[in-house]
Amino acid sequence: MDIKLASELPRMRSMIPAHGSARPKLVTPGEIISHDTSFMRGHGTYMEDEIQVASVAGFVTRVNRLITVTPLRQVYQGAVGDTIIGRITQVQNKRWKVDVNARLDAELRLTNIQLPGGEQRRSSVEDEREMRALLREGDLVCVEVQKISDDGLIRLAARSTKFGKLSQGTLLAISPSLVVQDKQRMHDLPCGARVIFGANGYVYITPTVPQEQVSTYTVNFEEVPIEVRKTVGRLRNCIKLLAHHSIMISPTSVMSAYDQSIDQEYEIKDLLRPEVMQDVAVATVQKMNE
Amino acid sequence: MTNINLSDAEKRYIVDGVKLGIRVDGRESLDYRQLEIETGLVDTANGSARIRLDRTDVLVTVKMEMEPPVPEEPRNGLLRFFVNCSANAAPEFEGRGGEDLATSLSSMLERVYSSPRTLDTSKLCVVPGKYVKVLYVDIEILECGGNLFDTSSLGVKAALFATKMPKIYITGEDGGELEFSVSDNPTDVDRLDVSNAPILITHLRITENLTVVDPTPEEECCGPVCVVVGVTPNGFITATQQFGGGTFTPQTLATAIKSAKDLGQKIHYHLRSKLIQEENNVDRQIKGFL
Repeated sequence: MDIKLASELPRMRSMIPAHGSARPKLVTPGEIISHDTSFMRGHGTYMEDEIQVASVAGFVTRVNRLITVTPLRQVYQGAVGDTIIGRITQVQNKRWKVDVNARLDAELRLTNIQLPGGEQRRSSVEDEREMRALLREGDLVCVEVQKISDDGLIRLAARSTKFGKLSQGTLLAISPSLVVQDKQRMHDLPCGARVIFGANGYVYITPTVPQEQVSTYTVNFEEVPIEVRKTVGRLRNCIKLLAHHSIMISPTSVMSAYDQSIDQEYEIKDLLRPEVMQDVAVATVQKMNE
Repeated sequence: MTNINLSDAEKRYIVDGVKLGIRVDGRESLDYRQLEIETGLVDTANGSARIRLDRTDVLVTVKMEMEPPVPEEPRNGLLRFFVNCSANAAPEFEGRGGEDLATSLSSMLERVYSSPRTLDTSKLCVVPGKYVKVLYVDIEILECGGNLFDTSSLGVKAALFATKMPKIYITGEDGGELEFSVSDNPTDVDRLDVSNAPILITHLRITENLTVVDPTPEEECCGPVCVVVGVTPNGFITATQQFGGGTFTPQTLATAIKSAKDLGQKIHYHLRSKLIQEENNVDRQIKGFL
């Protein structure tokens, strides 16, 4: 057991500047960003008397003439085509309700999933009755955003073999703004684990599974060996510490933090201590900037 | 104690991990997370402490009142515990949702402090049979990240350690009514002797005969039953209570209580040395919530 006094811990997490740039500008809601009217108004800003004002707390980013504010913390907004991870909250008539870290629970219809056995099978009455056999409350699914309705409801689809129920592993919830936008969301990392970086900020770490077993609606309950668990645990703690220090989460940054933690001979549980977390985070940023 | 609905696969992963002796975050079954502690951060209370354990955040304040004693114990002061579960900690605490947890926590603390071998309440007597000091211990749960009982009890001990009660002098008598004067000199204070104050150690049974300490909220979902043990610094067990719907085998229970006793003594020792260190730090800046 390790007890620390609050006064012994660093007063504020030291800001680590982003890749090769100056210190980013931090704004609070209502703060004036610019008086210049020639800029375009982006997300997280609004115009008031010809002045551009921030509507969320976050970092100001400028791309050419467009000014946006990237929020520090946010719920998932949803974008068509995103690969995300969700947790089933309710089983309803012909559809599931899924928690996806958004304002509303998303909707996954029975017709929008690939039913086991048969590529183009139509869903029958039996399937409707057996919905709980496919996905139950609490189950984690990897799905794709198919459409966002006018009222903000996210409609999901899982019409491919790469989507579906997730097997044994551990889930981490981080801010969606920290996940690097990438076409590829599922990564088999060289250290022997598979990480799914959901665009909604849910990150799922599982042991690597052979290709033919990937994503069905049955789950493998075999015991995961201890070596694999160590890898998964280390990855989990690495992602957690990167998110804690607001470092963008991508396969590169995660692997870099993972290697750093091994190089510096930290045990997995050491990575839960704030000073070690900061140490690894700083080393990772330095490595990434090289 | 928050409700996360885990999938069977995640539960399986956690349970198997405990069986193999490596938990999801790399800890072993008897490892605690790092604890952060600060005392004296609320000016308006006689004593206060804030304690953080990963995401669990508890604020404890102690206030002193003068009241007539209970007739059975005219020479003993009183300790009263009140727990408030903030709706900010978990959405289900809203309204009366946190009441059950609050009652079980406050009654457990009351029980564990009711033993005469913990805190010498006779020192809180002002006028025998007429006035005693009553300490109101308010526990505010600000964030819930698992292991509330242990965290709160450590917070209570720290807050009692930091409690400074102004000295009370009897100045005279007016028609049978006593007159008091309360010293307003900040150094002219009474301190509590907390060298025997107990703490709680929770053992959560995950599977068969395996228990873990300091469970994360995810682990709390997997374990049906836990045993809370109150331990004093010299290893005296003042109270035990079982929570949850499961069962313990006699052997498991005996092992859990024994290990709680050993762990408790170590934690007491650490906590005491840290509290004294904080006390001796003369120009300490209060960190608080910013």
